[in-house]
Amino acid sequence: MFTAAAIALMITMAFAVIRAFVGPTLYDRILAVNMFGTKTVLIIAVLGFLMGRPEFLDIALVYALINFIGVIALLKYFKYGNLAIGPGEAPKSIEKGQDT
Amino acid sequence: MEDVIDIVSWICLIGGSFFLFVGAIGVLRMPDIYTRSHAVGITDTLAAGLILIGLMFQAGLTLVTVKLVMILLFLLFTSPTSSFALNHTAWTSGLRPILHSDAPVEQDGETDGRE
Repeated sequence: MFTAAAIALMITMAFAVIRAFVGPTLYDRILAVNMFGTKTVLIIAVLGFLMGRPEFLDIALVYALINFIGVIALLKYFKYGNLAIGPGEAPKSIEKGQDT
Repeated sequence: MEDVIDIVSWICLIGGSFFLFVGAIGVLRMPDIYTRSHAVGITDTLAAGLILIGLMFQAGLTLVTVKLVMILLFLLFTSPTSSFALNHTAWTSGLRPILHSDAPVEQDGETDGRE
């Protein structure tokens, strides 16, 4: 029964990778990478049960933390052009949606 | 009792897999960033919740269940946050959703071959 969930997760991750490559905008790619990270958390948990080693859940927990911080940092970088700048300061003008 | 727990866990895992498929197809087929974000939201909350609850039924009342509850709570808090941050950034960068009024207009009473 865990095998079915693991296969469904792998197919979903494959679709997310396709969307990350197709784009067309930068934010579609970030969305797909965020989805891929969340599904990675789930597949680590399911594989831990599948292999009979539920200790993998610690890794899944840490991966969830890193994924969230990474996506927020990525979005802040693309919004302000700089990780050290805050919302009160003048953001650098950014290009419109389309990546190069 | 064991069988009942197994069946409930099986139903949760299959339901989670179904919503994973729904979200994955939505991510591929939806037209713009905001609707794709909706499809991702399905997999991030409903599918993740069902799969983790199915695993909780398998684990029983152990430390493993505590870890699964922590993962579920963390996902339920961070998924809307990152979704909002992503859509807000996309909006302030100038992306606009595709509206019905953006559809190609008919010219001289003839359609352009589309609905």
